[in-house]
Amino acid sequence: MASIRSKLADIFDNREQEIAQSWLERQAAGTRRLSPAEQHEINRQSREFLSAIKGAMQQDGAANIAGPAWAPVREFLSNFSASRAKAGFTPTETASFIFSLKQPVFDALRQELGQDANALAAETWRATELLDALGLLTAESFQKSREDMISRQQAELLELSTPVVQLWDGILALPLIGTLDSSRTQVVMQNLLDAIVKTRSDFAIIDITGVPVVDTLVAQHLLKTVAAARLMGAECLISGIRPQIAQTIIHLGVDLAGVVTKATLADAFAIAMRRIGYTVVRDQKTKIAVER
Amino acid sequence: MERIPILKMGDYLLITIQVDMHDKLALTLQNDLTEQIVTHKSKGILIDISALEIVDSFIGRMLGIIASMSRLLDAETVVVGMQPAVAITLVELGLSMKGIRTALNVEKGMTVLQNSLREERQDGDSSRQF
Repeated sequence: MASIRSKLADIFDNREQEIAQSWLERQAAGTRRLSPAEQHEINRQSREFLSAIKGAMQQDGAANIAGPAWAPVREFLSNFSASRAKAGFTPTETASFIFSLKQPVFDALRQELGQDANALAAETWRATELLDALGLLTAESFQKSREDMISRQQAELLELSTPVVQLWDGILALPLIGTLDSSRTQVVMQNLLDAIVKTRSDFAIIDITGVPVVDTLVAQHLLKTVAAARLMGAECLISGIRPQIAQTIIHLGVDLAGVVTKATLADAFAIAMRRIGYTVVRDQKTKIAVER
Repeated sequence: MERIPILKMGDYLLITIQVDMHDKLALTLQNDLTEQIVTHKSKGILIDISALEIVDSFIGRMLGIIASMSRLLDAETVVVGMQPAVAITLVELGLSMKGIRTALNVEKGMTVLQNSLREERQDGDSSRQF
């Protein structure tokens, strides 16, 4: 058993150059045309992978890729998949990095053990199992790095899309952009209420110019935010209602009574200023300058 | 017995809730408050709940009931300093407390009370003229 086990390792040891050569040719044939820089990168990665696998084989000939001896190989593959996922490779392209290694390894096995059919079959099976496991690992880490990317982007989007800006002493504005769902409303509401406490504002203007669709659920979320702000002692105005959205709201039968709504942020701002007691006066000199 | 103190300041009564409200405490407060309003002929009630971190549906409803009772006794109620988390909880519970006036802090709450009292007096004066 020990002798059979070491065969695969021997082959990787003795025929590394040969396998590498044939593998690189296969990879080049399998994928789209690559730039010299990409080709160079793939050559480097392939050699690194082969030397990693060789090292692992020498320590632990049994193809137990979960073992400690294979840690460098696993690490290499997860880094490799992550970099490919970032670079925009397809899953097939990424997985075929491993699977295209099969043919060269089988060729090498055949040349080494050509006479011994039993040993050849056993070693071929062993090699297949090993490479399949590595291939699956690659696909899995590829998927995982993609998912990480998506969830990170979601989190960033959530943070980016809910800024609360102070327009004036005591007046906040909350320009909403994008679709409002339950989780976003929660964040929006929390941010707004915290900002109200922090800035001691009496008015908050929720601008929905950037909200593409207002359905009953979104309207309900808006009303909840308004009610929560009111409980804290701040009044909410809703602005940026486009004609299309005004029609939708009425057709849906949503009751926005009790909330002051305005067509533009400027109108809402003017109302808030007036209620606080500010008046805006245009300086005559400046007016002339503007008209010129 | 544990009680929430009610402070009289001119025409107003001040209530600062510093401890977590439990149901019995809320009921005691309701009794004490209605009696105090009648005794002092108060015109405004200010309830500061800035230290209150947990509000359940019962306490939320009690605040609403207290406000309605005070109005019956001719006193305006302002609830001030509600924490954001409490506001969200109450809205999620479906208690938007339509009849209650709110303000951000004690200072603004007093302004609200004074304004409403002044308006009332002006109304009273004008009605007397006719």
